[in-house]
Amino acid sequence: MNIRFDASILVDAMPALERGAAITLGVWLAGVALGVGLGLAIALIRLLCGRWVRTLLRAYVELFRGTPFLVQLFILYYGGPSFGLALPPLVAGIVSLGLYGGAYFAEAFRSGFESIPQGQIEAAQALRLSRLQIIMRIEFPQMMVIVLPALTNLVIVLCKETAVLSVVTVPELTFVLTGIGTEKFAFVETLLTLCVCYWLLVEAASRTGLAIEQRMSRFLGKGGC
Amino acid sequence: MLKRAADGAPLPPLIEVRHVTKSFGEVRVLDDVSFAVRPSEVTCIIGPSGSGKSTLLRSMAFLETYDSGEILIEGELLGYRMNRHGQRVRAAQSEVNRVRRHVGMVFQQFNLWPHMTALQNVAEALLRVLRLPAAQAHDRALGMLDRVGLAARADSYPARLSGGQQQRVAIARALAMEPHIMLFDEPTSALDPELVGEVLQVMKGLAGDGMTMVIVTHEMGFAAQAADTVMFLDHGKVAAQGTPEHLFHQDTQPRLRQFLQNYLDRNAFWVRA
Repeated sequence: MNIRFDASILVDAMPALERGAAITLGVWLAGVALGVGLGLAIALIRLLCGRWVRTLLRAYVELFRGTPFLVQLFILYYGGPSFGLALPPLVAGIVSLGLYGGAYFAEAFRSGFESIPQGQIEAAQALRLSRLQIIMRIEFPQMMVIVLPALTNLVIVLCKETAVLSVVTVPELTFVLTGIGTEKFAFVETLLTLCVCYWLLVEAASRTGLAIEQRMSRFLGKGGC
Repeated sequence: MLKRAADGAPLPPLIEVRHVTKSFGEVRVLDDVSFAVRPSEVTCIIGPSGSGKSTLLRSMAFLETYDSGEILIEGELLGYRMNRHGQRVRAAQSEVNRVRRHVGMVFQQFNLWPHMTALQNVAEALLRVLRLPAAQAHDRALGMLDRVGLAARADSYPARLSGGQQQRVAIARALAMEPHIMLFDEPTSALDPELVGEVLQVMKGLAGDGMTMVIVTHEMGFAAQAADTVMFLDHGKVAAQGTPEHLFHQDTQPRLRQFLQNYLDRNAFWVRA
């Protein structure tokens, strides 16, 4: 069997690869920030507002969880101009990543809020803390600890979803490396490198998540004395 | 044991429950319950599970609504107001909080906030509700922990405290708000038997200091020693009421006698010869 793996292709591609990695990292972090912000806002509004607003937000969550990310991206990027919304690829990519992630983050936060024991809330009510004080001081800090594992998971999923942005010509890792692969007929070298790059990013995210988890859950009695 | 005003007349009640009724669907959990608690009086509520004891106590802090009747805290109607057509409507939250401002509550499951230390648990409402300056809140919170014998554990998180210690922190947290009335919902039922004593000791101390208390409990020994009045609730009704002496030894009401006999049988541990 004749194995062909030409490492020199990767050396030549290094500058392009670095630019691609920077863009992947950028859209990923921006998408996560947007998604977490949106998800948190939705979860908080759901706690504070009436039925109509809640139904509306629930519809948003169901819609964005119920359709493929690729299709959502197409609708925003290709369909946007029909509504007078012509976004550059990078912006469209970040926004759709945030909208998509927001739906999942909102659900994670909701289930986190719901897992706070009712008795703790009653104790706060009996001490006359306001609804907002109870949410911000009692529920929110505990919710953040409870949802950390789910949050890490979603952040990882979003990292890999950034690859989808290559189809609307965002010059991120997948776009850059598949481009070089096609050009040089070097698919094995480029695609394996691509996998390693994503794996490194995901590994960094999951280790960070675990470290934060261990730090924060200490007071909940899960850590050592 | 009733405290009396200077002229010898009994003081007006701190809490008055008048004909309170509540149903969960078809089930009537409170059925025309009436009683009054005077200043410095200790009232223990006993009864089988499902008799409405906890519901009654929780409605006295308005953690539970009630369908009809009145609960008056220091003469003011709790949880409701009359609209201009004379109908009873739910009062605004701020009004509910104003009326129950002197009511402290202690729960069976302690309900401490696990992400705060003992001291932070006690200081939280002082800072956020009473808006005391940080230094003053800290001092008062520490003083309260000292009162329940836990000043040394001020910086411990609840998960590092025993059940008895957690319940004492919960008592300190309620006391810090300077309540006139303390409500206890089965405060020792979730505790290992050897930890019950330390909590009851704190409660006896409070009673000795003249705190007005209403306690739902299964600790008959405590009720016999500490209560001025014992109330037996059965199927949502006050089935018997009186001094511990009267209730435990004289009242012949069959349901009460059966309940107490069951309690004795359960707690008897002598070995048959």
